[in-house]
Amino acid sequence: MATLGHYLLVSGLLFTIGFAGVLLRRNIIIIFMSLELMLNAANLSLVAFSRFRLTAEGLPNYNAQVFVFFIITVAAAEVAIGLAIIVALYRARQTTNVEDITALKF
Amino acid sequence: MPALLFWIFAAAMLVFGAAVIINRNPVASALSLVISFLGLAALFMSLDAYFIGIIQVLVYGGAVMVLFLFIIMLLDLRAEKARRINMVAFAGGIAVALALFVQIYLVVSQLRGANATAPALADPAADDVRGVGLLLFESYNLPFQIIAVLVLVVTIGVIVLSKRELR
Repeated sequence: MATLGHYLLVSGLLFTIGFAGVLLRRNIIIIFMSLELMLNAANLSLVAFSRFRLTAEGLPNYNAQVFVFFIITVAAAEVAIGLAIIVALYRARQTTNVEDITALKF
Repeated sequence: MPALLFWIFAAAMLVFGAAVIINRNPVASALSLVISFLGLAALFMSLDAYFIGIIQVLVYGGAVMVLFLFIIMLLDLRAEKARRINMVAFAGGIAVALALFVQIYLVVSQLRGANATAPALADPAADDVRGVGLLLFESYNLPFQIIAVLVLVVTIGVIVLSKRELR
């Protein structure tokens, strides 16, 4: 049977993949997808804790699932606004490569 | 859920998650992202969180994937040309990511109850939509309404950002 540790390690591995994507890729859309991976890795550990630490009545702790619901809503809002910013950026600069966007570089 | 299914879905999620950052073609990355999220939704359901699993499929498999594909095709992004990789930055990125995973592994291995299997539910047919809904509209009513305002602000913000001139 899968234990709590297995779920947390899978979640940690998914978070690491997303983190590596943010560090290594230069395409701003791929970086954005990696951010989504990291958000979802956090969701997986929240739901795992909700199932493995039952409440006194023997039900999953639904507080964590409400939290995940909020995270999914905010992540969807973030995707909408982030992609709109990327389109505006592409119109101004004709690139999605972060190395070509240096206007704020010190 | 049998252990075999857990490993199948976890492996699918991780392999396609890795494919997101390995693929050079953004469309392939977006499709890998969706399969990765479907595997994640199956893991949610293995944890008896059916509501969250279905929300995951609807929001990520439906809305977010369409948005990503729409933007990739609108911008007409092609597969990236193989650039000269900055080896120092590449090795540094891998090292930092590995260090993060080692830390996560150490923390999880020292966690009390990390070896516990899922305790049996008092009521195997517990209605998680009811549980989540009651909490959402009773204890978390104010955050719920704030989220609603946030979504409204995002709707307006996207329209403003998409206008021709940003002046």
